[in-house]
Amino acid sequence: MIRMSSKNNKRNIGIVALVVVIIAAVAGGYYFSTMSSSSTTSMMPVTSTMPSETSVMTESSIMTSASMSETSMASMTSSQSSWQPTVAVQVLAAGATFPQPLIQKWTVTYNQIYPQVTISYSGIGSGGGIQQITAKTVDFGASDAPLSNAQLAAAPGLTLFPETLGGVAITYNLAAFGIPSSTVLNFTSSVIAGIYMGTIQKWNDPALVALNPGAPLPDAHITVVHRSDGSGTTFAFTNFLSVTNPNWASQVGFSTSVTWPVDTVAGATGVGGKGNPGVAGAVKNTNGAIGYVDLIYAIQNNLGVGAVQNAAGNWIVPSIQTVLWAAQNATGTPNPADLRLHIVNAQGPQSYPIATYTYLLVYRDMSANPNTDLAKAQAIAHFFWWAIHDGQQYAPALDYVPLPANVVAADEQLLMTLNYQGTPLLP
Amino acid sequence: MQAQVEKVRAQKRARHPDFLHAILVVTAFALPVIATLSLYALLNGSVDSIQAFGFGFLTSSKWIPNPPNGGPPILGALPAMYGSVVTTLIALLIAVPISLGIALFQSELAPGKLRLPSIFLVELLAAVPSVVYGLWGILFLVPFMSSNVDPWLVGSLGFLPIFSGETNGLGMLTAGVILAIMIIPYGAAVMREVVTAVPRAQREACIALGGTKWETMRMAVIPYASTGIIAAVVLAMGRAIGETMAVTMVIGNVARITPSLFLPAETIPSVIANEFTEVAGNGIYLAALFELALILFAIVFVMNLLGRLLITRLAFHGKAAHDV
Amino acid sequence: MFESVASRRLINKLFVVFASIAFLIALVPLLSILYETISAGYSALNRDFFTQITPPIGGSGGGIINAIEGSLVMVGIASLIGIPIGLFAGAYLYEYPGMIADRVRLIAEVLTGVPSIVTGIVVYVVIVATLHRFSALSGGIALSFMMIPIVAISTHESLKLVPSSIKEGGLALGVSRPKTLIYILVSTAKSGIITGIALSVARIMGETAPLLFTALGNQFMMNSIFDPAESMTVLIYDYGTSPYPNAHAFAWGAALVLLLIVLGLNIVVRVASRLKPTTPI
Repeated sequence: MIRMSSKNNKRNIGIVALVVVIIAAVAGGYYFSTMSSSSTTSMMPVTSTMPSETSVMTESSIMTSASMSETSMASMTSSQSSWQPTVAVQVLAAGATFPQPLIQKWTVTYNQIYPQVTISYSGIGSGGGIQQITAKTVDFGASDAPLSNAQLAAAPGLTLFPETLGGVAITYNLAAFGIPSSTVLNFTSSVIAGIYMGTIQKWNDPALVALNPGAPLPDAHITVVHRSDGSGTTFAFTNFLSVTNPNWASQVGFSTSVTWPVDTVAGATGVGGKGNPGVAGAVKNTNGAIGYVDLIYAIQNNLGVGAVQNAAGNWIVPSIQTVLWAAQNATGTPNPADLRLHIVNAQGPQSYPIATYTYLLVYRDMSANPNTDLAKAQAIAHFFWWAIHDGQQYAPALDYVPLPANVVAADEQLLMTLNYQGTPLLP
Repeated sequence: MQAQVEKVRAQKRARHPDFLHAILVVTAFALPVIATLSLYALLNGSVDSIQAFGFGFLTSSKWIPNPPNGGPPILGALPAMYGSVVTTLIALLIAVPISLGIALFQSELAPGKLRLPSIFLVELLAAVPSVVYGLWGILFLVPFMSSNVDPWLVGSLGFLPIFSGETNGLGMLTAGVILAIMIIPYGAAVMREVVTAVPRAQREACIALGGTKWETMRMAVIPYASTGIIAAVVLAMGRAIGETMAVTMVIGNVARITPSLFLPAETIPSVIANEFTEVAGNGIYLAALFELALILFAIVFVMNLLGRLLITRLAFHGKAAHDV
Repeated sequence: MFESVASRRLINKLFVVFASIAFLIALVPLLSILYETISAGYSALNRDFFTQITPPIGGSGGGIINAIEGSLVMVGIASLIGIPIGLFAGAYLYEYPGMIADRVRLIAEVLTGVPSIVTGIVVYVVIVATLHRFSALSGGIALSFMMIPIVAISTHESLKLVPSSIKEGGLALGVSRPKTLIYILVSTAKSGIITGIALSVARIMGETAPLLFTALGNQFMMNSIFDPAESMTVLIYDYGTSPYPNAHAFAWGAALVLLLIVLGLNIVVRVASRLKPTTPI
């Protein structure tokens, strides 16, 4: 063999050492992780929520609806606590960003109760949730947009149930113009439609001024933020506009992903944000921007929240109470065979008009997904049961509305039909 | 004796087939396999879209994945292609002169001790991960552009349609600037190599005739290396068109064709990155994204091929000229 | 040349100034990125950052240990697959030059230019959709698709740099061709080969797009390589584009860690090979 100079040797050894260190780090990190996968999660703080302005006001009404669900909860807690996971399972779920704060709060909390169950939830949009559960690459999906019959036909055996509900807020950033986020601006469906169609391009447009006589609306351009990805939030938002505005219905329609006229109209500025966080971020970073997001995102980012005129003609700000009223007025009698519920533009004096349920998507026979084994299916089913009962208590702090009792009952019926190759998973 | 040694050796060879040869061939095979697999996956995935839209996909500017009346999607690649082309052009306009200047600096002007460190520093630019560029872009460059650069452009050149419209920092101009920064090291490296490869005789001839450094560059070096410089531009272009993360984070993500550089737009990679996970059970929509990826693959493939063939031709011609 | 000498000198000076400014202009973004990353990311680095998992969206506290694990595991998988295959493929290009090798080399060079997002969706279709799972393994495979051409080309180039006299000396002494290759040529080209490998590791460590559709993401630590994986790069992307200041701090912190690793690798390798310039592929 050719002998190399000692200097070369030292240098080469150094490089080899570096590469060895990297590979050792990989191995070490992997080993370390499998050792401590159960213990790292216990270091997570339980209460990691942001303070919320609206939840304080509506404590009393929350207690009543929470207590109603407690009765059905009590009957099942005995069977719930008797179940223990036998092996460590890792579940993958993906879908809407609308319920993401709540679902991730649930998975973390559930992991503290059952450290062997880790459920990872990725917020990729309702469209993504529908696509990935249809392709069976995730164990369950989430979507605010109820699946169409065509989408259900494309995924035989797929079923859905609502796990929470919330309001889509019209949010804006006018702080630089002397309108702080605490100021509530009024909007009607036709004004919102006008903004998103590019016919209303400035904040001091006569239509807006007429609705907000006291507000110092500036002579500034409106930057209109919408979703760039497939979104259930978009579905609820455009559904509201279609139902109340025939012009919008014929030109744009409602869907998880629409073609926004504001993007192509001369003189108007449309911006696409990815996910609810993307829209909130775009509004937050742009003076004079308007957008539509799940309520919690507007609150957490100190953005203005507008009042929308509902079917009764009143100006309603989204809150736990007003969304709950919409649900109570419009849900009707939920049918476990088809839990797709529409509560947009609900009747009732104090109902918030842009309210929506959000759904978890799962195969009734969980063995349909080749990656879901029995242990995983049991964990998922028990997690669902926990979510619609114990999990509901975490909703108000994040500005989601706890499920009304009749919806919980219907969900229970559906969850009892979840099975693994015929064997029921619950209780 | 010799024959016996030969016989033993032949027997040994028969007992131990050349494993190394087999391993080398099999692993080298991996490269065409990866290429073919990629091409096949892209073609297979885009069949539905090609059938649905045909050639019109390349010329249509409508992007309606879910038409209001529930019909089939109406999709076109034009907004994405437009954004890709415009941002790449902006990037080249900024990066090519700077790359050339850097290449000339590194090969001609840098004092001896400074030369290698200067090359090293520029190459570090290439080592920064794309997503870190994107983060820096979205949290530093975008506010910087929207509060400093854009208003100045509107104020002084606002009469031009490319500088009209509202500015919020997210748009084709910012994306073009980030792309420029990212392709400078690639352009500079290739240009430096071709400039350094110009034979000394050419330079010395010019200097002997009394030329300054600049005149040597202008008359002797650059024309000689022109093929290589074009190759560098083409390779940098291919790199810019394919760049995903940094552009996605600063371009605003809206399917639009507009002359204004300030307005949010999209590029082919940014569309794929944003919309791939959620083409909700919509066969034609998914296929359209695959078709976009196929278009991107084809463009980048052609650019790379062209660039490398130019360099090979340069090496061949340069050698031939030198031998003369 | 009909201009005066003075004007020619002036133009020459302008050229020198322009070229020097061009070089300095290139340094400005580098310095800015380093400065921003260090100043914004430094405050996020604490013990929790390196030991705890990512908090729920909008939450506070937590760390990025699951992202660090995911990145290391996927780069490890990619290296385990990519380094041997790339090495041997590069050796093939050297050992058997000819028309086939030329074609294969061209394919390798073209593959290095393929946008990483295309690689991501190819691996999604080939592996994720057929196996019905997002996993660290598929992320690692996507990264290896990018690694193999780079390692192959750099190995080939390093082997070509070995003077033919060394190879001929080995063969003249009766060493068989395979043994010559392994024991003599590769060991002589060792530093160049290792440099190429280290640079490719640094390159794929910074990749994001291939992981978006293959490893997806994971808020918890993985139980096996068949589980989805968080990675530092995807985390920077997700957190950087979200509106929460807390998330931004995390993104900067992760970017700082990533930059330290990637730039550190680059600096060590290049300094060790005495600052010889390499053509970035």
